Amino acid sequence: MSKSVSEIIKEKKRRKFLPGYLEKAAPIIFGICAVISVFTTVGIIFTLVIETITFFNRVSIIEFITSTDWYPFTEKAPSYGILSLVSGTLLITFIAMLVAIPVGLSTAIYLSEYASERARRIIKPILEVLAGVPTIVYGFFALTFVTPLLKGIIPGLPIFNALSPGIVVGIMIIPMIASLSEDAMSSVPSSMREGALAMGATKLEVALKIVLPAALSGIIASFVLGISRAIGETMIVAVAAGSTPKFTLDVTESIQTMTAYIVQVSLGDASYGSTIYYSIYAVGMSLFVFTLLMNLLAQYISRRFREEY
Amino acid sequence: MLTVERNRPMASSISPIKDNSIYTVRNFNLWYGADHALNDICMDIPTNKVTAIIGPSGCGKSTYIKALNRMVELVPSVKMTGSIDYNGQNIFNPKFKVEELRTSVGMVFQKPNPFPKSIYENVVYGPKIHGIKKKQILDEVVEKSLKGAALWDEVKDRLHENAFGLSGGQQQRLCIARCLAIEPDVILMDEPTSALDPISTLKVEELVQSLKKEYSIVIVTHNMQQAARISDNTAFFLNGEVIEYNKTDQIFSNPTDKRTEDYITGRFG
Amino acid sequence: MNLVDKQLVKNKMGMRLIRNKLIKQLFLMATLFAIIILGTLLYRIFTQGIGYLDWEFFLSFASRFPEEAGIKAAIIGSLWLMAITAPISLILGVGTAIFLEEYASKNKWTRFIQMNISNLAGVPSIVFGLLGLTVFVRLLEMGRSIIAGGLTMSLLILPIIVVASQEAIRSVPNDQYEASFAMGATKWQTIRRVVLPAAIPGILTGGILALSRAIGETAPLLMIGALTFIAYLPENIWSGFTVMPIQIFNWTSRPQEEFHYVAAAGIIVLLVMLLIMNSIAVFIRNKFSKRY
Repeated sequence: MSKSVSEIIKEKKRRKFLPGYLEKAAPIIFGICAVISVFTTVGIIFTLVIETITFFNRVSIIEFITSTDWYPFTEKAPSYGILSLVSGTLLITFIAMLVAIPVGLSTAIYLSEYASERARRIIKPILEVLAGVPTIVYGFFALTFVTPLLKGIIPGLPIFNALSPGIVVGIMIIPMIASLSEDAMSSVPSSMREGALAMGATKLEVALKIVLPAALSGIIASFVLGISRAIGETMIVAVAAGSTPKFTLDVTESIQTMTAYIVQVSLGDASYGSTIYYSIYAVGMSLFVFTLLMNLLAQYISRRFREEY
Repeated sequence: MLTVERNRPMASSISPIKDNSIYTVRNFNLWYGADHALNDICMDIPTNKVTAIIGPSGCGKSTYIKALNRMVELVPSVKMTGSIDYNGQNIFNPKFKVEELRTSVGMVFQKPNPFPKSIYENVVYGPKIHGIKKKQILDEVVEKSLKGAALWDEVKDRLHENAFGLSGGQQQRLCIARCLAIEPDVILMDEPTSALDPISTLKVEELVQSLKKEYSIVIVTHNMQQAARISDNTAFFLNGEVIEYNKTDQIFSNPTDKRTEDYITGRFG
Repeated sequence: MNLVDKQLVKNKMGMRLIRNKLIKQLFLMATLFAIIILGTLLYRIFTQGIGYLDWEFFLSFASRFPEEAGIKAAIIGSLWLMAITAPISLILGVGTAIFLEEYASKNKWTRFIQMNISNLAGVPSIVFGLLGLTVFVRLLEMGRSIIAGGLTMSLLILPIIVVASQEAIRSVPNDQYEASFAMGATKWQTIRRVVLPAAIPGILTGGILALSRAIGETAPLLMIGALTFIAYLPENIWSGFTVMPIQIFNWTSRPQEEFHYVAAAGIIVLLVMLLIMNSIAVFIRNKFSKRY
């Protein structure tokens, strides 16, 4: 070798081979990426707030919050009372949770406490597939399969109703609740189970009296996240729930959710600058606040009540 | 109580021999948060010798060797005072680039840590990051470094296979070869044989013996026999202090401090 | 005299075991429910759609007549959208992850960014549509174009990619960093040559899963104004466009029964595409998972 490696390295150093500028630029470039990520949130809040303010310049905020009449498309005297949309959303959410919580939690208990390693290896990917199905496909399923099926049970059920999309939203959320709850239960140390099993407790008693209470915060958090998902779900309700805003608790009626209203307006020909155009931002703002509160609540629950082992 | 009768290192314990020293450490203190891990270390490390550092676990020997190439700074909340001069330059001087220090001071870790790349790519990692790109030079570097680490004959036919396929002992020698590839002046070894079987340990020890002709080696070990077998000088650390630092023969045959004697005769540690 | 009445415990044990067995079956049935639903859904869609799935279907544009309707414009539109969304979201997402894991000091700002990203993942997709409508379509005057849709989708899946990349980077063991730094490598050299190569499988897996989320999303693009009836192929990023889920939505909301079969055929195409993407992700995950 003509020159030793260490000499070559020293020479390269002297000629400032080392890309010092890249070294200094890297954190700045990546920092900009992080700032853009943060700016997404800023952008969302900014957008919603500005346009919502415009909306409230035209429509009384008190009417918006307290009225149950949502007739934006009436030519003469449109009225914007979001309570009808909120009630529609909550109705769907309620039905969805009636389906998703028992089924999801049972699945989680089965997977974490009873299932063999082999069964787990088969079932978990299936749940992942179920979670990956696009919501428009679920919407199609609700309209063309679940609704006709329900019609066989409840004669006179209209094509558009709250029940069918509510059930399907619930099905959509099952994998989420199942996997989050299972994570919470799997993280309960097996020594706690062994302690109970060694005294002759059955698996069911261990699951319900030991594991479930220990994992409760994680499980409740998964419920809250499920509620948040149901509130924000769009395509299933847009396809199958109809578009008649109604302040009702009757699950067989056609209703409209906040998300479905936004879709309805964006499909129509509401011109830029009209009150209807701005109303979707006010509705979007309400939606954002609802889901954000739910997400923060879920974070608070899982942090505040986390058991340390 | 050790803390009560805290021994200041005497002048004689700074360096056991009147030789050129590559490292000069003076009044060096180090804290992890509130934990005082190294206490007032004064120690010279001679050129082209093997210096062993022994002591019970938790005595600060690993921390000390990691301070020599400033790897200890990767730990958050670390705080240091005092000076460490390398070739007459203070390594904590802001003008002295840590990358340059580490280019001429190589390190071998407790657990073999090859990259998940081919054997060849592992060895040329150092030269490549320092700007050497010529295939011809890199090939030579690989052969020379692997020969230097006594690994060449075992792997010359499979240079492009993944390094994770090697045995633990081979991986550790690969890490030594990776370190030799940039031709450092000093090699720091942090318990390099603690994760190896006896036969691999023997090979690494032989390797250390042959390397000291060209390199200054500092080796941390929990194994006193190993220190006695391979080192020229030995420092005994206890609770973050240098208790005794002397020629290896001297330390093991005739220690001056009672605690050193207790340790090497196996009364604690 | 024993405090515990052994006979009583024995008598009750039988009942407890029966209850355990019964309720276990109940849990099993709940688990199977999800699987049965998935089976039903796939079976229904397959039987309804297979009749309309022929070459014509791939090569035709949308039409008023169900027999002539095709998905060509939607497939091409989805591909265009992916071509924009994939690079933007991956660069931004991986960049953010590198910043948070490697450069940012762990202070309240970092925690703020982190909290921000996890909350962003929970924002309903339609709200991203509102953001896209205001910022990209109106404010930046991109109009109802592919680029506006692609940017909106990038922001939508950004949090997923950031979190997946962070996990991938965090799983690179510390001794790999030590080995690199000890050779005199700089931070960026270590990231580029050691950390990223080791984290790439995880990043790719997360990225593909995020993209398959984007390819199935409908609501935000409806907001952007992706057209539901389009009889031409996009020419550049400023063209109007449609995508598969929007075309499916359009067919689903038609009153004629025949269009539902067309929708089912479209869903088959969409699901096959998702299946392919997910298979690639699983393949990457399995191939590279056992490394350290």
